[in-house]
Amino acid sequence: MTTLDQLLPGQCGEIVRIDGVDGIASRLREMGFIPGESVEYLRRAPLGDPVKCSIQGCRIAVRSGEARRVQVQPIG
Amino acid sequence: MATASEDSRSSESAGPGQEDGSKLGDRIARVALVGNPNTGKSTLFNALAGLHVRTGNYAGVTIEKKVGRCTLQSRKIDLVDLPGTYSLAPRSPDELVAVEVLTDDLVNEPPVEVVVCVVNSVQLQRNLFLVSQLLELGKPTIIALNMIDAASARGITIDVERLSKQLGVEVIPTSASKRRGITELKQAIERHLSDSPTGQTAHIHREQTLPKNFYKICDELREGLLQHSCISVSASGESGGQSGNSTRPGMPSLPDDYLIQRMLLDRGGESERRSIRELGGGVLPVLSAARQKVADEIGDPTDMECNARYAWAREKLNGVLGQSGQGSSSATDWLDAVLTNRLAGMFLFAAVMFLIFQSIYVLASWPMDIIDGCSGWVTDLVTSWMAPGILRSLITDGVIAGVGGVLIFLPQIALLFFFLAVLEDCGYMARAAFLVDRVMAMFGLSGKSFLPMMSSFACAVPGVMATRVIENRRDRLATIMVAPLMSCSARLPVYLLLIGAFIPATGVLGGWLSLPALVLMAMYLVGVVTAIPVAWILKKTILRGEVAPFVLELPEYKIPSMRVVFSRVWEASKAFVIRAGTLIFAASILIWFAGYWPGDHSRQYALETQQESLEARLEAATGDDDQDAVEDVAAINAMTTELESVQSELQIVSAGLLEGSSLGRVGHAIEPVVRPLGWDWKIGVGALASFPAREVIIATLGTIYSLGGDPDEEGLAGAMRASTHPDGSPVYSIPVALSVMVFFALCAQCVSTLLVIRRETNSWFWPIFSFTYMTVLAYVGALVTYQVGSRLF
Repeated sequence: MTTLDQLLPGQCGEIVRIDGVDGIASRLREMGFIPGESVEYLRRAPLGDPVKCSIQGCRIAVRSGEARRVQVQPIG
Repeated sequence: MATASEDSRSSESAGPGQEDGSKLGDRIARVALVGNPNTGKSTLFNALAGLHVRTGNYAGVTIEKKVGRCTLQSRKIDLVDLPGTYSLAPRSPDELVAVEVLTDDLVNEPPVEVVVCVVNSVQLQRNLFLVSQLLELGKPTIIALNMIDAASARGITIDVERLSKQLGVEVIPTSASKRRGITELKQAIERHLSDSPTGQTAHIHREQTLPKNFYKICDELREGLLQHSCISVSASGESGGQSGNSTRPGMPSLPDDYLIQRMLLDRGGESERRSIRELGGGVLPVLSAARQKVADEIGDPTDMECNARYAWAREKLNGVLGQSGQGSSSATDWLDAVLTNRLAGMFLFAAVMFLIFQSIYVLASWPMDIIDGCSGWVTDLVTSWMAPGILRSLITDGVIAGVGGVLIFLPQIALLFFFLAVLEDCGYMARAAFLVDRVMAMFGLSGKSFLPMMSSFACAVPGVMATRVIENRRDRLATIMVAPLMSCSARLPVYLLLIGAFIPATGVLGGWLSLPALVLMAMYLVGVVTAIPVAWILKKTILRGEVAPFVLELPEYKIPSMRVVFSRVWEASKAFVIRAGTLIFAASILIWFAGYWPGDHSRQYALETQQESLEARLEAATGDDDQDAVEDVAAINAMTTELESVQSELQIVSAGLLEGSSLGRVGHAIEPVVRPLGWDWKIGVGALASFPAREVIIATLGTIYSLGGDPDEEGLAGAMRASTHPDGSPVYSIPVALSVMVFFALCAQCVSTLLVIRRETNSWFWPIFSFTYMTVLAYVGALVTYQVGSRLF
């Protein structure tokens, strides 16, 4: 198991859990980051942060700090 | 309150939402439009309401609301556009108002009778999260299945009928951008309004998406709060809110059932905060006990809610999606690969920004010439009709020179708003936030601050209000503090006037870029560059705290909806014209009065009459070909000499009158302060007068130079170029022009912005703080510019 920010560009992972119960964790969950969902790591911003990923057909930018809170099981 | 109507043609009866004496069908019902961001909600709102939109605040609160009047077949409705949101879990006062509107918890607001939820057909499952919360409110709800064409294009087929049956609400497929399904949606709204004719929503079935136990605990919490609030009322004797849930007079209100659920689910959320505010800190133990019970019986509230809602969404979509097509478009990915590329992305970002400024210059020139021509034509007309006197001076020197001088910038302001709306609507703004987040984070802000800062380039008022997208309070305050530094459209006239007058229109880089456009961009950069250290210092001192998180949806690129774009341009232009017609108009008259009074103007008028008669005679003489040539030349020369002497005397008399006027006296009093900036007293007075609103500087200078005897040069720019100190040296030089521009770039000369900051922060500290620091910054900036510039040029 690893975290979202550790995936390689183009690599998918299945979400295992989101760490924390604060507002940002809830926001991530509302936006579709829920256990069992597949997330694809797309690319980093030109200056290295934030990272762009795709979940449920939607592209979302999150900072590495937040991506680290998303525990994923890499697929393939 | 209205009485029940006896009109037999309709089944409607009057209700609490109806005004006295109104006929059936005349009652304007309220329909709320909600939806996730990027679902085409604005396009749909515009398609329904057209240009009949007005913005305002909710009574007693400062959250902006957009209301559009929409005509159905047999009646009119008010469509309330709520902010785009992923969920109805209020985390900010802004989101709380949206929920309170939907639950009719807002005092003095008419109830919402029908809710239209706009969902993105391409991302149906994710959008159903919000739908599940909406259905818990128990309001008549319609789903607008928007972007249905985009879904079909991607091979996603949706069984609309089945979806409607499974959700238990009407589902209307729409394509707002192509204006498909709009009529059907209007018909659906009409049907729902007929079903609920009283204006007060009958509480229909509330969907229960979460585990049954949860609702039981909610009821217990409600009872607990009720008991607690009884105790607190009898102890303090205070009365609280006025929610419709409170039945006994003098009782603090209990929120709607939905808000009780949110209170339980959202630890530290806005619903909890509101409760503590209204019922006192004593509710906390009651709430903690209820939360503990949820945790014991069901599990962690946040996890439980999200899992339950997504499970519900999956269940409702069972058999609805014919084919699980590709949810995202490859065109967007391809464009993103270029636009967010390390090198190309950053280069294109800079190019886009420059292109906007260049276009503002190039495209606006001909409509500006037309407005300028019109204003000149009106002045000539007034001059030819009226004899010199106080009224003519008021109209030409006060009103036309003041208001006309500001109105001329309308084309540029419209263009600026046009580009910002295009960038936002096509999806590029979110990419810009993505590109610059790292840089912003270095100074303690986030990419999300980029959006409000970018809108502040149009006007700081919406910019400050746009900071509501920032959840973190410290980030939000820091953004509010630096947003007014972004060069808003009100500064544009000042830049354009001074650049037009003093910066040579030469090309640089082989003629590809024009020097004036470069200087204009530099002026915009002054604010941006200054904002960086200001934000950094704020985040290191009074706004110290942890770095806030950043999560932002990057919508698909799309061709901007011209309706949305033009409606924004229209609103902005309308606001600008109203501002020019009221505030600037009033200021122009005041300034004119201050520059006119006290003083005996009889000599001035006599000279003006003499000048006009000489001009007329001269024109007649030069235009008459039948006269003897020798006699003609001699007479013309004599008249020209006389005219020149009258003009120079008029200029001396006018200048003397202006210097002796109240405006002149104030100007001379403040001259020692503005002298180190390279300014003369006229610029000083202009800057002083423009503290309520920057545009006033143009009106003031226009009036000062008109009152002070307009030299031969045409227009304000010409008058400024020709303006001299008593020793004959020119007042304006490039360093002076730059110093004035830098002052205007950095100074907080906008009462509207300061008042918005007051409202948004709910404190006088922040507007006073921003006014003080920006004024000091502006003075120092102008001082450095002039002192350095005058040594270089």
